[in-house]
Amino acid sequence: MRVGVDRDRCCGAGQCVMSAPAVFDQSESDGLVLLRQGWAGSAVRGDVELAVALCPANAISVEDDAGKA
Amino acid sequence: MTGTHTDESTVTLPAARGACPFAPPPAYGEARRRSPVSPMSLWDGTAVWLVTGHQQMRTVLLDKRFSADARVPGFPFLSPGRKQLLTKATPSFLRLDDPEHSRLRRMLTGDFIVKRAEAQRPQIQRIVDEVLDRMTGHGSPADLVRDFALQVPSRVICLLLGVPYADHQFFESQTSALVDLSTPPEEIKAAMAELTGYLTRLAERKRREPDDSLLGRLVARGELDEAECAAMGMVLLVAGHETTANMIALGTLALLRHPEQMARLRAEPSLMKGAVEELMRYLSVVHFGLPRAALEDVEIDGTLIRAGEGVLCMLSEANRDEALFQDPERLDITRDARRHLAFGFGVHQCIGQPLARAEMQIALETLLRRLPGLRLAVPYEELEYRTDKAVYGVRELPVTW
Ligand code: HEM
Ligand code: SF4
Repeated sequence: MRVGVDRDRCCGAGQCVMSAPAVFDQSESDGLVLLRQGWAGSAVRGDVELAVALCPANAISVEDDAGKA
Repeated sequence: MTGTHTDESTVTLPAARGACPFAPPPAYGEARRRSPVSPMSLWDGTAVWLVTGHQQMRTVLLDKRFSADARVPGFPFLSPGRKQLLTKATPSFLRLDDPEHSRLRRMLTGDFIVKRAEAQRPQIQRIVDEVLDRMTGHGSPADLVRDFALQVPSRVICLLLGVPYADHQFFESQTSALVDLSTPPEEIKAAMAELTGYLTRLAERKRREPDDSLLGRLVARGELDEAECAAMGMVLLVAGHETTANMIALGTLALLRHPEQMARLRAEPSLMKGAVEELMRYLSVVHFGLPRAALEDVEIDGTLIRAGEGVLCMLSEANRDEALFQDPERLDITRDARRHLAFGFGVHQCIGQPLARAEMQIALETLLRRLPGLRLAVPYEELEYRTDKAVYGVRELPVTW
């Protein structure tokens, strides 16, 4: 699936980094989300879905491989 | 202002707890089973909405039409003292809305990233070991609240802010006056003034003598005036001290009351991360409900909340919502509890959570490892609880080992 983040919405809570460290990172200067990779394979799919559910600011979006949300 | 609900099922807050000290007041669960958004009234008769469903709470806390600003009409106050405290001239970002909230919060987010909390583990471990050395050095019994649980987060926050250790005692007495709902308004005001004055002087000192502490770096940014710097220090102290302390103490008690799970955790320390999430869910120590006020009319799950009405998001109930947690009244350190809302939700979700998690994991792991004979020094039935405080917990926890 494709993964997108909205840094304007992000409040730096770090739930994404805890859930899917292979995909998400946080900037050391402003604490906001950074993408390590914009695409998540099946191995980390569950982790990314958890990150979407836990993100308190609705800042993560995913789109499955067929292109629909 | 709003009137009072006429519905006879109205719940008055704070409702009394039942027989189990770990469970929230039964009236909140009954309200949740009736409706995830239900009417209730406050100490002064003001009508507010009690939000108890997990999904509904996420919706409310994500919606910018609900304000966290205490100066907004309809904002629910939990006592006369809290009203005084929260309507002061310079609110911290906890009680501001975006964009002002996010401007201030983002000055700190870099200090609270997951990586930094992970890097601070050795320092936290050292603090925990020192505090435990001192406690055991005095011999048993000890009060685990005073001699351990309150010491650890206090020292961690002071380290973070760059508060000299000599001033820690002063901090503990002032911050406990602030969160005590029975403290008269004048005393709350006095404690606020003492702490704000101290932090303002500390900020001035760090402006002259820069250091690498959170407060030192905040001052060095040059974006904040003195009052804002003091407000930042205040919110970190108040928000991070008694919350973490009560989770450590009440968490220890919960494990002592579930000896088979405590034994399992001792044998398999790798379960600690998940166990802390479950303890957060099960205990939900921020127990009076997160306050918000509607800026516009909003419909939540079929209930119309009008502009100028208050809501209280009862975290303990979202954390017992059967839609998410099977058999929610049971402590189970092996369940996946990560969707709990004990740190809140939305843009105000706890900024200190990576640090709080590291503190709780290290404190509990160290206690279990170093004190294999840890047990209560008084009958369980004699323990008293912080039912009247903004952060729930056990008042004293006499233990031996
Ligand atoms: C187990 C311990 C803790 C618990 C249960 C806890 C709980 C919470 C909750 C529920 C909120 C949301 C309040 C709201 O939305 O109205 C919050 C916010 C906050 N917490 Fe924590 N907290 C803990 C530890 C800490 C620590 C260690 C710090 C800092 C050193 C901290 C700093 C803050 C701050 C600054 C906010 C306000 C964030 C904002 O408004 O954007 N907390 N906390
Ligand atoms: S979980 Fe959401 S708000 Fe938190 S850092 Fe990640 S993207 Fe930002």
